[in-house]
Amino acid sequence: MIETNSIALVFFAFLLVIGVAVTVQRNLFAASMLTGIFSLVSAALFTLMDAVDVAFTEAAVGAGFSTVLFLATLALTKDTEKPGVKRPFAATFVVLLTGGALIYGTLDMPAWGTSEAPIHAHTASYFVTHSITDIGLPNIVTSVLASYRGYDTFGELLVVFTAGTGVTLLMQRKGLFRPGALAIPPKSRAPYVREMPVVRAVAKTMLPFILLFALYVQAHGDFGPGGGFQAGVIFATGFVLYGLIWGPAKLQPIIGGRPVQGLMASGVLLYGGVGVFCLLMGYPFLDYSALTPDHPVHGQHYGIFLVELGVGITVSAVMLIIYFVFSVRPRVGRGAGELGP
Amino acid sequence: MSIVETIMQYIGAALILGGSVFCVIGAIGVIRLPDFYSRCHAAGVTDSAGAAGVLFGLCFMSAPLIAFKLITILAFLWLSSSVATHALVQAAYARGVRVENPRVKDWTHGQETSAKKEGEA
Repeated sequence: MIETNSIALVFFAFLLVIGVAVTVQRNLFAASMLTGIFSLVSAALFTLMDAVDVAFTEAAVGAGFSTVLFLATLALTKDTEKPGVKRPFAATFVVLLTGGALIYGTLDMPAWGTSEAPIHAHTASYFVTHSITDIGLPNIVTSVLASYRGYDTFGELLVVFTAGTGVTLLMQRKGLFRPGALAIPPKSRAPYVREMPVVRAVAKTMLPFILLFALYVQAHGDFGPGGGFQAGVIFATGFVLYGLIWGPAKLQPIIGGRPVQGLMASGVLLYGGVGVFCLLMGYPFLDYSALTPDHPVHGQHYGIFLVELGVGITVSAVMLIIYFVFSVRPRVGRGAGELGP
Repeated sequence: MSIVETIMQYIGAALILGGSVFCVIGAIGVIRLPDFYSRCHAAGVTDSAGAAGVLFGLCFMSAPLIAFKLITILAFLWLSSSVATHALVQAAYARGVRVENPRVKDWTHGQETSAKKEGEA
């Protein structure tokens, strides 16, 4: 316990140092790499606290995907902060005030790992003692996430879906999703990574394994850390790797069309459809025992599989679309997209 | 714990210690070495030798299935991080980042600089 605490303290010190470094850093590339490292250290911290599923998501989304989004955006803009921007007193004051209020708020939180925390007082002990007989999955996190708390997860999925549609509506330009709208840029003096044979060869070798790993995470979520959210991000990461190396223009025939937009919605529809099916069978919404009334536990398994599949499909489609709209910019006046520098 | 297991534990500990030493050497190198390319080399030492030491050490301390997973991770690390270093250095070279160690002859842009000097003379 003392060891765990001291390791956690070291990680927290790292987080503090990285946080300060991000605010001081004027080079935006360095700052975005630092935010990625921040997420990675948080993921290590979550692992230390036995929250492996959360750590997995943090590593995949925070350290992996959002760093790529930052870099894709920076490739379209300048990579240093505008010089001469003063740090205004009022803004600093507001930030310090908010931070102080947040820290003051944590004083009321129960101590880390205490059994008297409110979260352990209500339903958690029921989940721990009953989930094996009710649902029968070794990973209680998946049981809670997909079955006991299926409503919440449905809400989260809707949030992801809304983010995807919002970004698409905001950033979509005429012709962006039309095949052939993106021109492959001519060779420049500084080589793109796609002109490096070693990078190309290794990326091609790794791509199928990344996609396979995503499917493994998707299917293995019942037994270990993982599930639809993580698998969706990893699956999208495979395509994003392809886009990073060969350019978004090559990715456009795959992502650009209607199918990916349709997938974005169909995952939500699958999740909601399972719920509606339960209703039609005369059970409560998202009570998967309705799927096989003779054997409720099997129904839970099928339901969780379908629901996680819906999560995975929507998350990966949303990630792909967000990466795609962020990594291309419109040619001024023509309405068609073009690659960043 | 049997003797074999104890020996495995010690081998694992020694390998982890070796890997950590490589990590520290890499970290010192990133700070101390004079220019971009040699710093990349130091960072690469952390990724390849450091990670290899730690992961192989953990292999000796764990069950066969976990050892197999660790070796898979190691293979992925060796592939990806060495390629990342390669891409980084090549991009820097193409953008004209120079070797700045005064004791090393600048072979990257040696021809250009000598041509310029001749022109100036």
